[in-house]
Amino acid sequence: MTVSLLSVNATPARRPLRWPPANALIGGTLLVLLISMALVGVFWTPYDPLKIDLLSRLKAPSALHWLGTDEFGRDVLSRLIIGARTSLWISLLTVCLALFFGSVIGMLAGYLRGWTDRLLMMINDALLAFPGILMALGLMAIIGASQYGIVLALSIAYTPSVVRVVRGSVLSLREREFIEASRVIGNSEFYTLYRHIAPNCVAPLCVLATSMFGWTLLSESALSFLGLGVPPPAATWGNMLAASRPYIANATWLGLFPGLFIALALVAINLFGDALRDRLDPRMSR
Amino acid sequence: MPSQKPLLEVDHLLIRAGAEGPLAVNDLSFTVAPGEIVALVGESGSGKTMAARAAIGLLPLPMEVCGGAIRFEGQDLNQLSCAQLRGIRGARIGMVFQEPMVSLNPAIRIGEQMAEGLRLHTDLDKAQIRQRCVDMLTRIGITDPERCLSAYPHEFSGGMRQRIMLASVMLLRPALLIADEPTTALDCLAQLDVIELMLELTREQGTAILFISHDLSLVARYAHKVVVMRHGQAVEQGSINHILLAPQHAYTRQLLEALPKRGELAALPATDKPLVEITGVSIEHPGQARFWGQAQPKRAVHSANLCIAAGETLALVGGSGSGKTTLGRALVGLVKPCSGEIRFKGIDILKAGQRDHRLQCQMIFQDPYSSLDPRMRIGETLAEPLRHLPELSEEQKRQRVATTLVDIGLSEAFMERFPHQLSGGQRQRVAIGRALVRHPQLVIADEPISALDMTIQKQILELFERLQAQYGFACLFISHDLAAVERIAHRVAVMHQGHIVEIGSREAVFDNPLHPYTRQLLAAASPLEQLASGGYRLRPKPENLQPTP
Repeated sequence: MTVSLLSVNATPARRPLRWPPANALIGGTLLVLLISMALVGVFWTPYDPLKIDLLSRLKAPSALHWLGTDEFGRDVLSRLIIGARTSLWISLLTVCLALFFGSVIGMLAGYLRGWTDRLLMMINDALLAFPGILMALGLMAIIGASQYGIVLALSIAYTPSVVRVVRGSVLSLREREFIEASRVIGNSEFYTLYRHIAPNCVAPLCVLATSMFGWTLLSESALSFLGLGVPPPAATWGNMLAASRPYIANATWLGLFPGLFIALALVAINLFGDALRDRLDPRMSR
Repeated sequence: MPSQKPLLEVDHLLIRAGAEGPLAVNDLSFTVAPGEIVALVGESGSGKTMAARAAIGLLPLPMEVCGGAIRFEGQDLNQLSCAQLRGIRGARIGMVFQEPMVSLNPAIRIGEQMAEGLRLHTDLDKAQIRQRCVDMLTRIGITDPERCLSAYPHEFSGGMRQRIMLASVMLLRPALLIADEPTTALDCLAQLDVIELMLELTREQGTAILFISHDLSLVARYAHKVVVMRHGQAVEQGSINHILLAPQHAYTRQLLEALPKRGELAALPATDKPLVEITGVSIEHPGQARFWGQAQPKRAVHSANLCIAAGETLALVGGSGSGKTTLGRALVGLVKPCSGEIRFKGIDILKAGQRDHRLQCQMIFQDPYSSLDPRMRIGETLAEPLRHLPELSEEQKRQRVATTLVDIGLSEAFMERFPHQLSGGQRQRVAIGRALVRHPQLVIADEPISALDMTIQKQILELFERLQAQYGFACLFISHDLAAVERIAHRVAVMHQGHIVEIGSREAVFDNPLHPYTRQLLAAASPLEQLASGGYRLRPKPENLQPTP
């Protein structure tokens, strides 16, 4: 009742320019900081991140080494900066690949229905039955440990959940009358899919993509933990975290800072994802 | 009419949305005597539901009572504690909701849902409760009550669910029944059925009814007293005959005038060749897909024959599940008939050369809330059908969209808006605009007004007539609303369980129905007619309309 009352009176007056919402502001700022950190790392780091200095092993944070040194005397800050690029790049690539393949397969299955759907979903559900990390493990064992091996393995591991989400949205959307209206107009099935169904799947995908970004960061560290991650001496946040385990009792900073950065990245990407979803939804943005 | 102390007394009630929010109900006063039927009438947003919900202490969150009193059997409901209120809800005041599809819990068996209230409010033991439920189900005409008790809600149709809902509320013998648009979601036969049952049950138990509705003709048939509400205020109240015969307030008159009447129709151009010929069309819905194979297909339309002349409005009337929508969808090519043929301008639409048919044949859907893409601006939505007219230049297309906007009575400013910023009526205008922007020769309108308020319905019907006069398209008007059909249709076809049982001119079908099902439909409707004095009354039913069992 009240809803219809409000919508009658709703006038689309141009909204005066104002601050973006808090989640976009905080998330965006953090994200920009992290990305610029990764970019800076391409050209400059305080120390050579790979240079081993056995004389200054496991030094606590000091004016010389801001975030301390690791078990080989390498500067933790430099490695974090270098690692930011690798970790963020791996996560970004993984999420994009999983989203792309997942969306395409999910839309085909949801829209075409019938045998295509049944076959695709049978394979998908079988894949979904494995824990993501186990799948990635198996694939890594086949592909071999390398940066792009991880990307491939993790994106294959995460695609099934994207397929599920997209297919679900498509299934509910295709029953809506505006899809039928599009057919009655004479639009082709492909055009309807691309123009009417895909944009309406964006909201759930935004949410999924942001949480997937987090899982990837963590999975990468888990794979490193098992010795299947990006091979040393290259630094990622994940393998730094993994390598810190034996020293956790007397060199806390080794695990603390990579963990902190992973957490920061997760907070940033989640806030930003929420803001993005709100912005892309016409019902929220005005 | 019993005239003792009022059962429910609403006294200068004020309801606000939040402490500073707008008033949803403004200074509303009325009384309900024991056994009386009082109707609250108004459009959506007029505050009628809020007033009724306040009476049972179930206001949705931002809403709060901020003034006045609601006295039930002498107690002020606002002064009662939650526990005391719970004692009254169900036991003394029952409520039936609008949507029978969602007001029963789908995961709980009917028997448990019915027993719930008895367990809470009475000391009966299990066997007695069960006996009461069985008695009640027998009472409302359910043939196998024992089986019904162990069934789940999805096994019943909408009308049946509303009967069961009613039964479980009346089981507690409340003194007051609040019915919030209990039949709006049902077709006219189920509607009659449920209302008659409600009256019978309440009469037996001496229960008063607070009936909320936007349908004045329905109210006119059953209520003793009417409160007409607008913008949260009662603009007029009094006995039903009084209000119908001499409506005082301009708004009441406006509501009464919004009721569709049989009007003059545009003369048809004389052509002997029909625009659409449907011959022997049968349509089957494929059965539910099982793990291996499929269930038996269900036949929705049985060899239907119809033709529509250019510029003509043919109404397709029938209850829900009669196959009328399926036939309409087959006409635009959304479903394929399994036998028979549909010819558009003499060409079979399933054969080659469909382009003309696709371009010339458009559809308006029932629900304006789901027929527009929520992510497309109105301008884009209106322009979309023009993609398929490559002969128009961009400039011409822009022009066409602009004129269509004017045609449907919206201003240029709407181009940039999204559907959620529009009211239901405005959305339906856009849906009509999208169907007409290509200037089609045939428009299929699938219940285009049944989701709208009375006054909006009138506006949309007027718009439709004006556009039809302007562009001369033929129309298949699918509806269960006989009043609207009587107003705009040249000819009427009646469908029942997939068969077209009667077809004829409007006058023939309405004044001299031949098929028993048509008679039943007409008997279920309750049209009002205007008297010479300017007042209204229920149109007396001709003898031949009595339903033959």
